[in-house]
Amino acid sequence: MADNIKIKVENLYKIFGPHPKKALKLLSDGIDKETIFDKTKTTVGVQNASFEIHTGEIFVIMGLSGSGKSTIVRMINRLIKPTSGKVLIDGKDVVQMDEDELVKIRRKKMGMVFQSFALMPHMTVLQNAAFGLELDGIDVKTREARALKALEQVGLETWANSKPNELSGGMQQRVGLARGLAVDPDILLMDEAFSALDPLIRTEMQDELLKLQEKEKRTIVFISHDLDEAMRIGDRIAIMEGGRVVQIGTPEDILQNPANDYVRAFFRGVDPTNILSAGDIAVKTQVTVINHPGKGARAALQRLAGYDRDYGYVLDNNRRYLGVVSTDSLRALIDKKGDTKDITKAFLSMVTARNSSDSMQEILPDITEVPCPLPIVDDEGVYIGVISRNLFLETLHRSEINTDEHEMVQ
Amino acid sequence: MNFFSFEEKLIPLDEWVQTFVDWLVYNYRDVFQTIKAPIEVCLKSFEWLFNAMPPLVMIILLAIAAWRYAGKKTAIFTVVSFLLIGYLGLWDETMTTLAMVISSVFFCALVGIPLGIMAGRSERFELFLRPALDAMQTIPPFVYLVPVVMLFSIGTVSGILATIVFALPPIVRLTNLGIRQVHPELIEAALAFGATSGQVLRRVQFPLALPSIMAGLNQTLMMALSMVVIAALIGAGGLGNPVVQGLNTLEIGLASIGGLAIVLLAMVLDRITQGFGKK
Repeated sequence: MADNIKIKVENLYKIFGPHPKKALKLLSDGIDKETIFDKTKTTVGVQNASFEIHTGEIFVIMGLSGSGKSTIVRMINRLIKPTSGKVLIDGKDVVQMDEDELVKIRRKKMGMVFQSFALMPHMTVLQNAAFGLELDGIDVKTREARALKALEQVGLETWANSKPNELSGGMQQRVGLARGLAVDPDILLMDEAFSALDPLIRTEMQDELLKLQEKEKRTIVFISHDLDEAMRIGDRIAIMEGGRVVQIGTPEDILQNPANDYVRAFFRGVDPTNILSAGDIAVKTQVTVINHPGKGARAALQRLAGYDRDYGYVLDNNRRYLGVVSTDSLRALIDKKGDTKDITKAFLSMVTARNSSDSMQEILPDITEVPCPLPIVDDEGVYIGVISRNLFLETLHRSEINTDEHEMVQ
Repeated sequence: MNFFSFEEKLIPLDEWVQTFVDWLVYNYRDVFQTIKAPIEVCLKSFEWLFNAMPPLVMIILLAIAAWRYAGKKTAIFTVVSFLLIGYLGLWDETMTTLAMVISSVFFCALVGIPLGIMAGRSERFELFLRPALDAMQTIPPFVYLVPVVMLFSIGTVSGILATIVFALPPIVRLTNLGIRQVHPELIEAALAFGATSGQVLRRVQFPLALPSIMAGLNQTLMMALSMVVIAALIGAGGLGNPVVQGLNTLEIGLASIGGLAIVLLAMVLDRITQGFGKK
């Protein structure tokens, strides 16, 4: 696993103000932020942040404004110098780098996209997209060709010769994204990149980012204050509060087991059916029947009767899902006195398996329509489990209890 | 002794300054005379160029510049103004003044833009520069006219030096302002993509500060023109001469046409240089 880690942040602190060392000491003595500010006029931006970001994942750092998320992302490329701690990129500590190394790693390995776009108003769209390459001293022809390719990726090649102020907000941020992509970085830092865009454009940009990410796996550190955004694009999410990382995990982890009230508060008003996927809640409580020649309808019926169940899930030798049979459909097949060896004739036609990545919302119609618990399979068609109506409702209910409890706490 | 009656002079600053300037003149006059050299070369070249050029060619060139940077109306105004100056019999004086003003502005830009950039990028340097600029702008020119003459002797070059002192602050201030007005996010973006400090200046700060720098250049030019008469007092020549001479001999007419020519020249140069910043 170790070589899979792209960015490793260890015990990172950032203290703004006149007496960082003093504040650091007070912090280690266990004194809280507010007292430190009163005593030393020094603000604790980030305290003791540690996390690992894997190669090729979208890592979302989420928190309210002032929680230190923008500071953290700027410490990764050292636009802000940490007060103490380590930021290892491919094992090299950014904090210890000299100016030359820093410039080099920023040019070769990292791209950044800003909330306010930060495009150069005196340059054309193409020159903006080529900016990183220009700084790296790459000749005009090569850099403009590469910039044009990056603009094509975001669908703006026809605007190459316009000035940024002739473009709409969404288009400007596409240029910002193209500028980040043009240098072909391993790491893309996105600081509230879509927050200034209106909701419709924002969703569009998120989809576009995911599409780009599918083609070329980059390590993306995405700062956001918007939970829906974090849930949509994040492979993993770190939640920050008051300069501290309070929880790190997949969206599902965090939704199901929020670390504290602050995290829970984020999820209030979030519809769990959008976030939890079928695979998250499916359980293997049902009887499965392996379909192999020689064992037919009678054997299956016997197995169901043995467990006192009405439905059986038929799998092949590789545990791939084939279909559902019920005691009724099996009996009907046997009564017809046909070939009882071929169990597939007893399959219930209205039941189709759903993919484990489908959201709860997407499978809701199926849940209500089919008579039996809904079978769930993964991308290869392997049986993962089932979701019954009861289970579905329980999941809904559980997340409601979570938020209710929180309201009572308040 | 009563310390608060202020009847006696306790700090003889005037004597100290006197002694200091005397000492400077006695020991370092040669050094100051060498400083003159580049200014003299610059001035003489411009003067020679403008005087060698047939007036018609000069008018056409100015008109083209005005047309390009400020439009048709200004071009017509330029032609009319310079014809008028010629018919008033002040062509040669105007060319000398133009050479002086351009030399002054050239050296102001040469010194002022770097100073402004440094001030724009360093709080400490700005803190140190600010009182110096305040002093340059508020000290009456007559105060430093005498030491300038003592160190550099009388003549046009001394006039230019006094003009530089007087006209330098606006370009420094506006360059500083222009650099500071560049949005910090743009600088952050440049740094994030691996810009060195020099690249940030060349590719981001300077181009974005350019309109402000041009406004500073325009202001410096106007200030330089307003020094023309004062510079004539120390023998600088040009359009200041008829004014000073007119005042000395109470020839109001002579002083008036000198003044008129200065105003016309100022208006033409102002319109043209204002166009620089916008293009």
